[in-house]
Amino acid sequence: MLQPVCPLSEIPPGEAYRWATEPAVAIFHTEDGEVFAIDDTCTHQDASLADGWLEGCEVECPLHASRFDLRTGAVDAPPAKKPVRTHRVEVTDGVVHVELSKEPPNLPPGAKP
Amino acid sequence: MDKVAIVGASLAGLAAVRALRRQSFAGEIVVVGAEPHLPYDRPPLSKDFLTGAVTVTDLALTHDGEDLGADWRLGVTATGFDPRTRAVHLDTGEVIRADGVVIATGARARPIEHLGVHTLRTLDDALALREALKQTGRLVVIGAGFIGAEVASSARKLGWDVTVVESLPTPLAGQLGTEMGEIVSRLHGDHGVRLLTGLPVTGLTGTDRIEAVELADGTRLPADLVVAGIGAIPNVEWLESAGGLAAATSVPGVVATGDCTGSQHWTFALEHPATAVAELLGTDPPVTKPPYFWSDQYGVMIQFAGHHAPGDTVRIVEGDPERRSFLAVYERDGQPSAVLGLNQPKLFTRWRRQLRSAPQEA
Ligand SMILES: Cc1cc2nc3c(=O)[nH]c(=O)nc-3n(C[C@H](O)[C@H](O)[C@H](O)COP(=O)(O)OP(=O)(O)OC[C@H]3O[C@@H](n4cnc5c(N)ncnc54)[C@H](O)[C@@H]3O)c2cc1C
Ligand code: FES
Repeated sequence: MLQPVCPLSEIPPGEAYRWATEPAVAIFHTEDGEVFAIDDTCTHQDASLADGWLEGCEVECPLHASRFDLRTGAVDAPPAKKPVRTHRVEVTDGVVHVELSKEPPNLPPGAKP
Repeated sequence: MDKVAIVGASLAGLAAVRALRRQSFAGEIVVVGAEPHLPYDRPPLSKDFLTGAVTVTDLALTHDGEDLGADWRLGVTATGFDPRTRAVHLDTGEVIRADGVVIATGARARPIEHLGVHTLRTLDDALALREALKQTGRLVVIGAGFIGAEVASSARKLGWDVTVVESLPTPLAGQLGTEMGEIVSRLHGDHGVRLLTGLPVTGLTGTDRIEAVELADGTRLPADLVVAGIGAIPNVEWLESAGGLAAATSVPGVVATGDCTGSQHWTFALEHPATAVAELLGTDPPVTKPPYFWSDQYGVMIQFAGHHAPGDTVRIVEGDPERRSFLAVYERDGQPSAVLGLNQPKLFTRWRRQLRSAPQEA
């Protein structure tokens, strides 16, 4: 089920929006104008990926530099080892809609599920 | 180039293997590591590993099922090096000859030679310290650098009565400058940990177990456990036969990376091997980012990037030091040179990015 989240105009290109659902979702608007949604919490420790360093279609975790591919959720190198969940995004009439994944999330050790 | 030997099987060694494969090296790779373990992550050893939130399995730096096609020679120590023939001599008596050699032997904890004083560098050190922390009592931490401060914070969380002693007047002044070092070291007091500065340790007492730490002003601190965090020594003695690290790396086909070069930061050991390997293979080196490190103390995330030098001015651009949540920018000649964040990951990342576009010294 697609859920409306926020107007795309609220996320400038190169920036991210943290959607405080459970678990939180990060929505990225790339410099190229693409929009992606992934779980906001890094799979390594409790860091918000929306705070990370966006470069092309990858976000670098703000704490320990693991990079996640926004298209697939895949992680390039430790310390994070598990991919982050991706969610389907659609932008309709200027509004970002997200369909939450039904896969179990890969939350870091110690994080509340 | 058909064969590369990597000496040191930790973060930098592993990053070198990955960089070789990513830069399309299809030849033979041998990795020699003195520890019996596959590469693991050290930063959690002073933090969540001591408190039990992170397990040995969580520390692994290799992915399950990752096949890098390397021959891992673990539990084997390099004892000598001949740069002319690029021959690495091992304690097993064996000699490995390679076309390229990556020196990634890291550093070890500077020891205090006294019965029962713990230091923290390896998984085995951390297992021993975690065990010792299972009871509670009085802990004295010698050295208020990052590792000492993190051990203090973890032990405090486990219910220990903690005193940190530092011979410098201001902890972390070398890394953060006096003003910020002073602010960051207030975290100890915030959490009920005593910090004594400007007082060198003059003695340790106790015969079959440690009993007290004595300071220059005559103070005697009773202790059930003592941990020293007084710096790291690069593991380069095995290169003496080659005239030392600088002489060894002046030979074509020999590069060094990670903590053995004198760096003490995880991100350098992660990123720089790609540059070192590019030099070996003659490929284009990747863009280098300004140095970056972090520390976790008392639930506060401390992040620092850039080059700080004495004489830089520091200005708080966001937040409030009193609330232990702020961003400080260091400036030299009106240009940002470094940035420090406490619990400000988002803003910190922005500034770190700006530093990257600012001109960097070599
Ligand atoms: C407790 C702790 C906490 C830390 N926390 C942080 C942090 O929060 N942030 C941060 O930025 N950095 C932190 N660091 C620093 C970071 O872990 C190091 O920068 C990083 O481990 C360096 O990697 P390296 O591969 O260069 O060296 P090392 O990790 O030191 O590894 C070198 C390896 O080489 C092996 N070796 C040595 N000599 C030989 C030989 N002759 N033959 C074969 N093998 C040999 C060693 O046994 C070791 O396994 C921390 C370090 C410690 C110890
Ligand atoms: S918290 Fe993301 S890499 Fe460590």
